[in-house]
Amino acid sequence: MTVFGIRLPAMSSLILWALLWEIVGQLDLTFFIPPLSEVVVTLTGVIGTSSFLKALSETAYAFAMGVFFAVVIGIPVGILMGKNRLTDELLLPWVNMFLSAPLTALVPVLMVLFGFGMKSIIITTTLFAIWIIILNTRAGVLQINRSLVEMAHSYGAKPLAAFYKIYFWAALPEILGGVRIGIIRAVKGVIIGQLLISIVGFGALFELYASNFLMSHFWAVLIVLFALAFSVSEILAYMERRVAYYAASR
Amino acid sequence: MVSRSLQLKILSAIIVFGAWEIAGRIPVSYAFPTFIDSMVALVRMAFDGTLLVAYGETLKPLVVGILISSIFGIGIGLWIGLSEKFDWLFSPIFIVMQAAPLAALIPILVMAYGIGLTSKVFVVCIMAMPVIVLNTAGAVRNTPASIKEMGKSYLGSDMDIITKIILPSASPVIFSGLRLGVSAGFIGAILAELKITPTGVGDIITYSRSIADYPAMYAAIFSIIMLAVLFLNLLERIEVYLFEGNVRGYASD
Amino acid sequence: MVMPQIKEAVMQLDVSGTENAVVARNVSKNYGKVEALKNMSLEFPRGQLTSLLGPSGCGKTTLLKIIGGLLQPTSGEIEVNGKPVNAPGPDRAFVFQDFALMPWANVIRNVAFGLELRGVAKSEREAIAEKYIADVGLKGFEKSYPHELSGGMRQRVGLARALSVDADVLLMDEPFSAVDEQTRRKFQEDLLRLVQNENKTFIFVTHSIEEAVYVSDQIAILLPRPSRVSEIIRPTGFRSMDADTIRRNPEYLDIVDRIWASLRSYVE
Repeated sequence: MTVFGIRLPAMSSLILWALLWEIVGQLDLTFFIPPLSEVVVTLTGVIGTSSFLKALSETAYAFAMGVFFAVVIGIPVGILMGKNRLTDELLLPWVNMFLSAPLTALVPVLMVLFGFGMKSIIITTTLFAIWIIILNTRAGVLQINRSLVEMAHSYGAKPLAAFYKIYFWAALPEILGGVRIGIIRAVKGVIIGQLLISIVGFGALFELYASNFLMSHFWAVLIVLFALAFSVSEILAYMERRVAYYAASR
Repeated sequence: MVSRSLQLKILSAIIVFGAWEIAGRIPVSYAFPTFIDSMVALVRMAFDGTLLVAYGETLKPLVVGILISSIFGIGIGLWIGLSEKFDWLFSPIFIVMQAAPLAALIPILVMAYGIGLTSKVFVVCIMAMPVIVLNTAGAVRNTPASIKEMGKSYLGSDMDIITKIILPSASPVIFSGLRLGVSAGFIGAILAELKITPTGVGDIITYSRSIADYPAMYAAIFSIIMLAVLFLNLLERIEVYLFEGNVRGYASD
Repeated sequence: MVMPQIKEAVMQLDVSGTENAVVARNVSKNYGKVEALKNMSLEFPRGQLTSLLGPSGCGKTTLLKIIGGLLQPTSGEIEVNGKPVNAPGPDRAFVFQDFALMPWANVIRNVAFGLELRGVAKSEREAIAEKYIADVGLKGFEKSYPHELSGGMRQRVGLARALSVDADVLLMDEPFSAVDEQTRRKFQEDLLRLVQNENKTFIFVTHSIEEAVYVSDQIAILLPRPSRVSEIIRPTGFRSMDADTIRRNPEYLDIVDRIWASLRSYVE
């Protein structure tokens, strides 16, 4: 939007909302919304504490592991599905199903099978992220130019070499698109997992703050979490735009 | 003659359910019932009315939440798509909401609105609304400029252009936003039942886990996933049926 | 340069005797610092087809959209039938380069859409639409959807829509550029017939020299940087001839060559 001929940056309205938050908080309308300034003060205090750092590192670990498995399993499966019609027809209904299924319902199963700990949270994260990665990789492989594949065969590429030298790179823009959406889903997955298995990471921290009515602590952690999630998604979107050039010129 | 695709779907189901059955018979875990046991439990719960009552309870926040999200989501999205000022003001909120793990708000919602229906409706709404708003706004913004110009040059009023050009043109993307919203709403509804208070299907899951009646627990989970998938499939089919020509028609060849 | 310079060599018709349906007076259009049109004046005689021809960036589509009321000029004015206009009106109908059909509506609704927006009753507007659908050769496709039609057929729908509102002036923005060469030739022949039979004024934007010379009563050659009317050519010798023989006419070939000679330096 432009005001007095000056173009306002896209996300600048958040400043206005922050101001509104501060006003609502100062007016003391509700106990649940403390002034933003108070939250920020708490935030600076909370960030250094060991309980926060522990929650953050536990969450980061679960998130990283979950995404790692989703990528390492998801991309090869997607390439396989794109290449092999039988595998595709056998797996596609399940992939589509889990893509839109309410995965929260599976968390209790993970809890009884893998315990109330890190393992269940990592699997939840993987389950949230993997399906879209498989599906996008498959779509990327399916649209690979036939003559590129024939070129590889005519120059005598072995199947495995073709796999990593041709299919992966030719489908890279779609794969990265899938990984980006997968990672955004993984952020939600890791938090949902921690909320349901609320003895580790931020799940435990939220429980602690909520039961002790530490509102500004709660909001402080929430702001950190939202900011991190938003930054991750923006960085990935930026990276995706960087490879978009060759998606167009393939 | 059954088509190849259907044959393979059946084969695929047999393989997966067979693997489930075998894994349950070994058993891989004391908490992993066989497929057949789970299905028996499902049929039992379906016939003694347990499931019916449970779904009556579960679908309440889901339906209310989806309705609220749809009406407000499409309204706000339309407004954002049409007005640059509104876009500047509200888009960032929904973009952040879309990227952020909103589930983290649940503890605060429970404190503010208690453990009743209101909180659960709220959970469904915060999960479902962002994608509906963003899809609607994007679709409205991306209405092909030339059809809008066409409407203007043939003397359409602003209202004509919104109702006869922008809305029909945006409706496929709005509809797919609704479908994604419903999918997220299901996640929210179950999350609410597992996290806030066990009611409906969440209650069956939690209760049967506590008494170690694993077949019933798996059956309940199986049923809610099936219900969500079937319902979303139905929506997708309606979408294809309604907008088949519309989607293809955008190709400007 | 206020008035377009008119080449005497081809200027054989007395313009002052013809009434103008559309007049553009000193029209300028700026986008920020970019001058898309600078002080352009042009007259469009009634009942004739005038082409706006020029390399890309010469502002021909901008001028057409200003005449159509879709864009506002920064300065200057447009007169239609002697009255100044600054918005779309019932006296003008637009044919779009990308057809601008509504993909969710069938052929008859697309054709009748202009009348629908004017509040004409359904049965009446559909009767009118049916007549024009038949006129453009699409009888039997009334219930088809745009995606079921070829590019050429889609533009016939766009043309039928423009005809059905019965405007005095038809504004055509590169209407045949998105259809294949053979269809395009057929369209050009049909357009010649249309100009003869309907008593309408046509303003036709194109980047094809042959097309402009083939269909036009008057060709305005526009040049970019700064945007201006460099020349107005009125081919007359072959206008009354049979459509098949025009392309072999020496005057036709001469004019094509001459226009190319003056435009070639602007082509990158």
